[in-house]
Amino acid sequence: MTAMDRIPILRMGRTLLVTVQVDMHDQLAVRLLDDLTSMITRTRARGVVIDISALDMVDSFIGRMIADIAATSRILDAQTVVVGMQPAVAITLVELGMALPGVRTALDVERGMEMLDDAGDR
Amino acid sequence: MTPAIADPTRPVIRVDIVENEDVVVVRQRAREQAHRAGFSLLETTKMVTAASELARNTLEHGGGGYAEIEVCTNGIRRGVRMRFVDEGPGIADVEQALRDGFTTGKGLGLGLGGSRRLVSEFEIDTAPGRGTKVTVVRWK
Repeated sequence: MTAMDRIPILRMGRTLLVTVQVDMHDQLAVRLLDDLTSMITRTRARGVVIDISALDMVDSFIGRMIADIAATSRILDAQTVVVGMQPAVAITLVELGMALPGVRTALDVERGMEMLDDAGDR
Repeated sequence: MTPAIADPTRPVIRVDIVENEDVVVVRQRAREQAHRAGFSLLETTKMVTAASELARNTLEHGGGGYAEIEVCTNGIRRGVRMRFVDEGPGIADVEQALRDGFTTGKGLGLGLGGSRRLVSEFEIDTAPGRGTKVTVVRWK
């Protein structure tokens, strides 16, 4: 397996930071969910920040992965914040029929981190 | 449906869809064609998202197939036409397949219905045992 087959997860204290910088195929998205889940457990992370500002498209599959990451982390006592979604991506996602209910969002990484701070999650 | 005539100066791009990574290639080609047609960022995003949904359908439900993507015109406006073809089992109840939330696979059931909302024209030609051909056009 090469490095390109995985999306790196950065640990900052009790927060995990994921910056998605590639056009994800489905298996890559599924692997990210798996990797994040085991890392939350292993590091006892309290928060996950997923930066998708480099993604110029989120379809129903990637959208569902994001929702699954948020739901799974919540069960594992960690909060997920999705940051940096481009406006065109947000509009398209809603029109597609996916409003991502239950997923917390922020404009950028900094605000996403603040959101976790405010919630006492770091 | 407004007749969409292929732009003779622009070639048809064909992408075979046999594995996961091919869905990403379809997105990239759709994006290139959207740029050639002069689409805005939002129009491009909608077109590429529809391409991704339909390519995944071809792979998951059709057992693979191919996509053809081209810049087209109706004499007044430019657009992009995409065709997704598979020789899979076909769809018995198209109405049902287009309804949000209906799925036979592992998805959310937003693929067909959702992508229809993202394009200007949507046509589906399918029957059990005859495969599926979905043709969509988005005008600028």
